Formats: sequence, C-alpha cells, structure tokens
Amino acid sequence: MNLTLYVWRQNGPEGQGKLEQYEAKNVSPDSSFLEMLDEVNQELIETGIDPIEFDNDCREGICGTCGCVINGRPHGPQEETTACQLHMRQFKDGDSLTLEPWRATAFPIVKDLVVDRSAMDRIIESGGYTSAYTGQVGEANQTLIPKPLAEYAMDAAACIGCGACVAACPNGSAMLFTSAKVAQLASLPQGKVEAAERVKAMTATAIANGFGNCSNHYECEAACPKGVSVKFIAKLNREYIKALPK
Amino acid sequence: MILDGKCPIGPIEKTWDQHRFDMKLINPSNKRKFKIIMVGTGLAGGAGAASLGELGYNVEAYCYQDSSRRAHSIAAQGGINAAKNYPNDGDSVFRLFYDTIKGGDFRAREADVWRLSQVSNNIIDQCVAQGVPFAREYSGLLSNRSFGGAQVSRTFYARGQTGQQLLLGAYQALARQVKAGTVKLKARTEMLDLVMVDGVAKGITYRELSTGEIKTSWADAVVLATGGYVNVFYLSTNAMGCSVTAAWKAAKKGAYMANPCYTQIHPTCIPQSGEHQSKLTLMSESLRNDGRCWVPKRKEDCEKPASEIAEEDRDYYLERKYPSFGNLAPRDIASRAAKEQCDDERGVGPGKRGVYLDFENSINRVGESTIRERYGNLFDMYEKITDEDAYKQPMRIYPAPHYSMGGLWVDYNCMSNIPGLFVLGEANFSVHGANRLGASALMQGLADGYFVIPYTIGNYLAGVKPGEVTDEHPEFKKSLEETKSSLDKLLNIKGKRSVSSFHRELGKIMWDNVGMARSKESLTEALKAIPALREEFWQNVKVTGDTKGRNSQLEDAGRVADFLEFGEMLATDALHREESCGGHFRVEHQTEDGEATRDDENFAYVAAWEFKGANKAPELHKEPLKFENVKLAVRSYK
Amino acid sequence: MQMLQNSVGRKLVMAMTGLFLFLFVIVHLLGNSSVFIGADGINSYAEHLHALGPIVWIFRLVMLGLFGVHIFFGIQLTLENRAARAIEYNEKKNPRTSFGAMTMIYTGLILLAFLVYHLLHFTMHVTNPEISVGALAPDALGRADVFTMMVLSFQKIFISLVYVGAMVTLLLHLSHGIQSLFQTVGWLGAETLPVMEKIGRAAAVVIFAGFISIPVSILLGLINV
Repeated sequence: MNLTLYVWRQNGPEGQGKLEQYEAKNVSPDSSFLEMLDEVNQELIETGIDPIEFDNDCREGICGTCGCVINGRPHGPQEETTACQLHMRQFKDGDSLTLEPWRATAFPIVKDLVVDRSAMDRIIESGGYTSAYTGQVGEANQTLIPKPLAEYAMDAAACIGCGACVAACPNGSAMLFTSAKVAQLASLPQGKVEAAERVKAMTATAIANGFGNCSNHYECEAACPKGVSVKFIAKLNREYIKALPK
Repeated sequence: MILDGKCPIGPIEKTWDQHRFDMKLINPSNKRKFKIIMVGTGLAGGAGAASLGELGYNVEAYCYQDSSRRAHSIAAQGGINAAKNYPNDGDSVFRLFYDTIKGGDFRAREADVWRLSQVSNNIIDQCVAQGVPFAREYSGLLSNRSFGGAQVSRTFYARGQTGQQLLLGAYQALARQVKAGTVKLKARTEMLDLVMVDGVAKGITYRELSTGEIKTSWADAVVLATGGYVNVFYLSTNAMGCSVTAAWKAAKKGAYMANPCYTQIHPTCIPQSGEHQSKLTLMSESLRNDGRCWVPKRKEDCEKPASEIAEEDRDYYLERKYPSFGNLAPRDIASRAAKEQCDDERGVGPGKRGVYLDFENSINRVGESTIRERYGNLFDMYEKITDEDAYKQPMRIYPAPHYSMGGLWVDYNCMSNIPGLFVLGEANFSVHGANRLGASALMQGLADGYFVIPYTIGNYLAGVKPGEVTDEHPEFKKSLEETKSSLDKLLNIKGKRSVSSFHRELGKIMWDNVGMARSKESLTEALKAIPALREEFWQNVKVTGDTKGRNSQLEDAGRVADFLEFGEMLATDALHREESCGGHFRVEHQTEDGEATRDDENFAYVAAWEFKGANKAPELHKEPLKFENVKLAVRSYK
Repeated sequence: MQMLQNSVGRKLVMAMTGLFLFLFVIVHLLGNSSVFIGADGINSYAEHLHALGPIVWIFRLVMLGLFGVHIFFGIQLTLENRAARAIEYNEKKNPRTSFGAMTMIYTGLILLAFLVYHLLHFTMHVTNPEISVGALAPDALGRADVFTMMVLSFQKIFISLVYVGAMVTLLLHLSHGIQSLFQTVGWLGAETLPVMEKIGRAAAVVIFAGFISIPVSILLGLINV
C-alpha cells in the first residue's frame, strides 16, 4: 500500500517547525507503524535527507517510549494500542497521515516527533513512591492485601508513562498519569502512610511543571494505550479531599 | 592466565554471610565523599543506584532512554523467582540454588548462585514494601505459580507485566533519591568510553543524546548495568536501543568478556513476517502449558491452511521426541527442535520459518473462556501483530534471541578484572551459566542492585581515597578527544549503505552461523564474514546528519560498529568451546538422538576473553569451575 | 490557602461553587414555576421573598460571592490550561469529550453576560422600565405585579429569544458541569461515570425545558394577563 505522510519536522527545541510531505511506498500491511517510518527513513537517507527522528525502544507496547499524534489521535486510531503495536493494516491504501509530536508546554520538542517528557519524572520524584529503604522492610506476607485491592492497584500501575494522556487532554493535563500512581499507592497499605503528602505534592508538581488542570474531558482515558480509567482521577480527588485537613 | 573469582570458601550456606562480615565498611559520614557512576537504570542499575543513594553515596545514574523508567527490564512478562516456599511444596534456598546450577548446565559459580538464591527472598519483601502489586490469593497472601519447567511454584508475578512493575518499583526508589539529592539522573546519555587512570576505572565519557555534546565525568567507581547483547542478531526480543556498546567500551579498555557464546534463544516468539521487520516479539512461555507444537508431516502440506491438515498428517514433534516433558521441554531444547523442523522444510507461514502452537485441544478440553482467561492478553497481542485469531487457528511461533548469559567477567564482588569497574545484571556473566531459567533474570538484576553492590562496592571504596582523580586528569581530555574523533570518523565515511543495512547483514551472519546450532564450518564462515563486513562498514557506511543535536543514525552507527567487533569475539568463543551446553549447541557434540553433550573434563571453566585489537585474535583466560555442592550430571528431559 | 493554588483544590472550588449555583438554579426554577399558577402564585412568591428583608441581601451577597469565585477560578484555570498547550495541533480529534465540555468558558461568559442583563431587566428595571413592577399598577391584593411584568416582557419576541438563547448556554454548561462535579468530588467509578454523564445531561435538559417553558407558554398565549 502507498500512503502520504505529513510529518512535523523541527530541527531543535528552538527551531521553527512545519509539516513536510513524504510518500510511503509499498508498505506491507503486516508492518508496524514504526517499521513503516523506518522504511520511509531508509528512503530519506538514500535521497540525502535527514531521517525523521522519533522516539521508540521496546517496540512491544510496554516501555512507553514511542508515540506521536497520528491523524489527530495519540498513538493513532486503534484503541488501547501504542504506536509501535499499531499495524499498517489499520489504514487503507492511499490514506494520508498527519504525524505530530505530543504538544504540551510541559513537553518541549527535542527534534521532529521527539519530546522531552522529564516533567513526568519530576511528578514521580515529588512523591510517587513509598519511602522504603532497601533492606529495612518486613516479611512480604505479613501484610495481607485483599485480592480485589491488589487487582485495583495493578489496573492503575499498568500506566506506561508514555504521555498520550497529556497529548490527548485539551488542557495538556497530566492528571491521569498522576492519578494512576496516586491511586496505586494509596490503595495499598504500604502506600497509605504517605498518601496525604503524596497527593498534595504530586498535584502541585504537575502545575509547577506546566501541565494544565483536569476539567473532566476524559480524552486521556480514550487515548490511553493501557486503558487506565479516569476512575483513578476520582480516586485522586478523594485522596486530595482526605488530605485537606492534614 | 588463570582467573580467580575470589569466592569465599567454607560451607556454601555460610559463604555470603561470612563474606558480608569480612568486607570492609565505610563510615556513614564519609560515604557522601565518594562518587559512583551507574550506567543503566534497569532492574540492576535502577535498584543499585537507588540503594547506593540511600546509603549516602554521591551517585550519578546514566541511561540512554528519555527516562529511567524505560529500560528493557520492563518487557519481562512472566515473573520473578524466590525461595519463599509459601506453597509448602518443598522449595528452599538450596533447591533454588540447585535448580539454577543445573539449569545453567553446570557452567556457573556455585557461590554466586548461592548468594542469588539466598537474597531472592529479600527481593520479594523489598518489592512488596515498595507497593509492587503482585498477584494475590483471596486470603490476601502472595500468589505463586510454576514457571519454566520448575517442579515447585516459586514464581511471583504481577499479571503479565512483572518486569514492568518491578522496574517501576526500582524507578520510584530511584526517583526518591533524586528528590533527596543523592542521585543525579542523566537521561538520554550514552556512555562512549571508560576512562582509566593507572589501570583503574575512574570515570566515563558520554554523549548527551539530545544536544550531541560529548562530556566526561569522574568517579571513584564505575558500575555498568547495561543489559545484554543479543541485538547482535539484529532481530531479537531486545529493545531497539539495547547494545553491547557500554560493555564493549570497557572490554576495549581491558575488561574481559566472559562466555559470550552463551545466548538464549526463546522458543515462543512471533515469527518474522517480512523484510520490514525490526524486532521480534516474545510471547510468554506459559503458552506452552496449553498449546501443542506441531508441523505438517509432509513438505507439500506446508502451504495448506492448518485446518485442512488431518490429525494423522501432523507431527507433534516435541511430544514425539520428549514423551515425558513434551511441549514443556526447556527453552533451548524446544527452540532447537523448532529449528530442526524448519530446516527439514516443514515450517509454516512466511518464509516457512515457523511452527504451529495449537490450542484446539485445550479449548475443547477446558473451553475457550478458560483459555481466554489464562492468555487473553497474549492472544490479543498476537492478533494485533499478525491479524490472526489464535482461538480459531493455531498460533505460529519461532525461536528468537532473547537473553545473553555471557557478559563482562566479574569476581564474586561483581567487580571486573579492572579495579573500580563493577558490572551488574545481564551485563555480567555470573549466575546463569550456559542457560538461564525462566523468571531468574529479574531475580538476578534486583539481587545485584539491591543486595550485592551496596555491600561489595563499600569493600572496594574502603581502599580508595575519595575524589583522588577528577576530570581535570589528562586521561579525561584524551578520552574526550578520542571519542569525538571516532564520531567524526563515522560521519566522514559518507558511503552508500545505511547503518541498518549493515546491522541487518551482521544479524543474518550471526543467526545463520552462530545461532541455535553452531558447527565448526559455520563458525569459521562467520569468522570470515564478520571482519569482511566490518571492513566494508568502515569504508561504505552512510551516517546522515552531524554531531550536533539528536542524531539517532549516529547513535546506531556507533552501536553497530561495536557489534561488528563483538560478534567476532562471540563466534570465536563459540568455536573454541568444543562442547554443547545450555544455549551453546555445537552440532559436532550431540548424542545420536540429537541431545547436547557437555564436556566437563575439558570445558568446566569460564572463558574470559581479552580484546587485543580489532583485527587480532582475543586472548583466552580461564576461570576453572568447581562443583562441591551439586554433582555434575547430564540434563535429561526425555 | 495552598488549596487555592493547587490544581485539584481549585477544581474542588469550581465544583462546590458550581454545586451551589446549580442548586440556586433549581430553586429559582421552582420559584418561577409559580407563574403557571397565575398572578396569585408568583406575586405571592415575590411578596414572601421581599418580606425576608435583610436575609435576601445576605443571600444575594453569598450568591455574588459564589459567582465571583466560580468565574474567577474558571477564567484562571482556563488561562492556565491554554498556556499548557501553547501550540495547537494541526489536526486533533476529541472522540470522548462533549461540545458542552469544550465550551465551558464561553457558555460561562455568556451566562455571566446574561446574568447582568437579567438583573438589569427584572431586578433593577433598567432595560425595560415601562414594564417594570414600579411602572405597573399593584395587583388586586396590593402586591407588586410580577406576573404582569413577566407576561408583558416575554410577549416581546426579542426578550424571549434572549432568554431562550441564554438557557441553551445553560443547558450546555450544565450538561458537562453536573457530571463533572460528581467526578471532582470523587464519587464516580468506572461503572457509575457513564450513568452520571447521562443523568447530568438529562438534568440539564429538564432544567432547560423548565426555564424555557415560561417564555414559550407566554408566547403561545397559554399564560396571559
């Protein structure tokens, strides 16, 4: 199949970017979206054009490195699928695809489709952990955790930190990302101890790093490749309310 | 030279405790005077950097990814072993030790494996305290499952995302230390040289991958936790960025590379679908609990849809060859058997490099809903990639390079032969011998990071004056200049062939000749082809862009250049090891019915290779292996 | 006061002030509905309200405060949210959210403008003094004739259109606001959220229908002086 690509090219953080048109020829429907980009890049290299820069690593949908906005949707049209797991059979011969980087003030562009997501790390650094020193802990089975609670925590912990929620949110908010960690830890006895400081610190850090506020559009949930639910944002809100008197 | 692993002596069960007591300590207030560089933030590196930061050391952690949460440890699906014996099924530290030694085909050090088994239990405690959401029973207790042919249920898991959850636990511990100021994180950096001063590791030279700047950093000790090298095969289950580069830069400075020929080929991966393929995706080994492997008996049937091949025309080759283990035969055996069928031209799917993994019998027996419950996410992933519904037609699978048991040589303290250079996790060679058991990689990474390096590095640093050498030293300037000029060299070749075309070709040479079955002929062939390809690379590679700013072509070019040197060492090791053991199978050394034959008399040693220059033969150093607690025996899975 | 700088804190303030404004809208609708009983209904309702004296003023000040806070943070949060996406996409799809949610700031500002007009019209009698209670004769019981004022006002097509238009924006604002409020206070889960979204929209429609039924009835001649 043949496709027309409109790809955001931007030389560096300060550069002026624009959409450039490229042709993707003889694409196998069995290739992944990133493999299609690989092939386009091979052609660009042969014609002496700098290849399109895009972040990727594991290419099996778990590391959270890849992602761009494909025709207006983070990670493309397929539900619960990262860009690396998106396969070209999801498109038709002759389609045109517009590829843009995650757009958020908190995610400065590094080059082309590559953005700097370190602001998400700073949210975690501000409290997304339990303060357990190595070796200073008790026997694992001393703390019982009801199975449904463990499942709930795991649903939240499935977040891969790709940033699609931020890219999708009309407000550029990182609330789904933040809430996934807050909810995971607050629902487990190990994380309850620090729950109040955690939720306050993490939500404050998000704003300080230029993320927007959540106004319940739920676009994050629709874009999340791991299906992380906005119920965790409700949980974060509850945790925040509980933390207010403290 | 005969190498000394410096293993403690005495009764094995006391070795680690005694050693911990014997090691020197550093006064808490002195720790912050020491600077430690950690390269890599996967399970070993992340856990190590966090734990060292907690102790008060001044840590700098480097990773090539954009965040320390993304290392490829994250992709491990199955689980992590520990000798907790929660199910009361007879497990113990000794049994885990025994299984690991035996599973490694008697090519690992007893003392290292004992320590790993001993601290395995602490790992689970630690991860639970971090809030890792392990699977639970309705009682609220931790759940276990059996894995990888073990006879006990000792595997802890978090759905099919155990690696992710353990890594995030380590990442969060690391984030806490970043906040506390003990760890400085340098994401999007790649180590490009090890700086040595008077034969001691004193720092690194690295490239900032976003800006292209080359910088140096000094340290009192350098720790590499940079993962494995199976991307030398081009197509593997490793992440795109996984490379041998950091380890190889150390090797070029004199660190020995041990047992590079021990590579693990995982039997259940999704086969290659075409030339466009950039990587292979692993499907959890657990699928073999309910799936049956088969290929058509006749070549003519290979093109037909599976449903049109009658039961009697199917060859359930694992059940035929290994009646007692059947489809649950260990990884190396199952992989080789699949290859044999395809070599016999009875493979299925594109290029006929695939075998069926059929769930029809299980679906008929326990119902589709049960199968969906057990493997739903894997079937979904399979469908996303192949567009085939594995509930309706058999899956196609094929083995793929997955893990490297070999790595930089280290002694019992995880220190390489270069003083001050420590190596953790998959990057070192230490505990898996010639073959790694399922759910043991996560265990090793965290053991090294949380519970080994925090002790052993103190023992080394106790004899070092902190900050004695900084990057004012001329060696740093020299390293910086050399690194810059090697990048310029790559950019100035301005040849015709792309970087990835070289990687692809190297991968093919390695896979065809140094893959699942190796012979003297194939290895000799590889040892001719690799230098020739390397020669062409340095004449004809085309690297676009420049050294400024992000340039992934330049990054890849450097990595491929290192693979082109390392691949030769891997083949050299494979050629020298005239036996079959674990992941290393030499066709000359097999029984009549195709089973591997080990040669304990001549090869019960660690082969540690010293790099002598790009077109020179590496020098072999041996570390003899002694087995005092486990009796050498032949693995049999018939 | 940290709460008023926090993202979630301010969202809660929006939710709580929104809740009271929503409750006020319901009470206001119920009060207005007395127009259907006839002149006696709404005139006696107005009489009772005025008899409360200073309480009315306290109530008005509280409402003013709630409005002020809701508007202030609404604008502040919106500005922050825009700054968080300084560069827009060339192409962006929003499959999940709603028109109402995407237009909260606009519907909010229109409602503010409407509120000013509404007060000028019925409370301060600035826009149409000729049909204000001051200009009209008291009713048979000597009460201010609010009923006649309403009927004469809404018989003017322009005024009715303004009110109906304003209620459309209220409909949009509430269609997002009601469910959003429940999510913000953390009462929703994966199963209850879609239900609450439906309830919120239904409630918005009911309120919309309730309010416009008055000008519509008057225009259709169902309510007459």
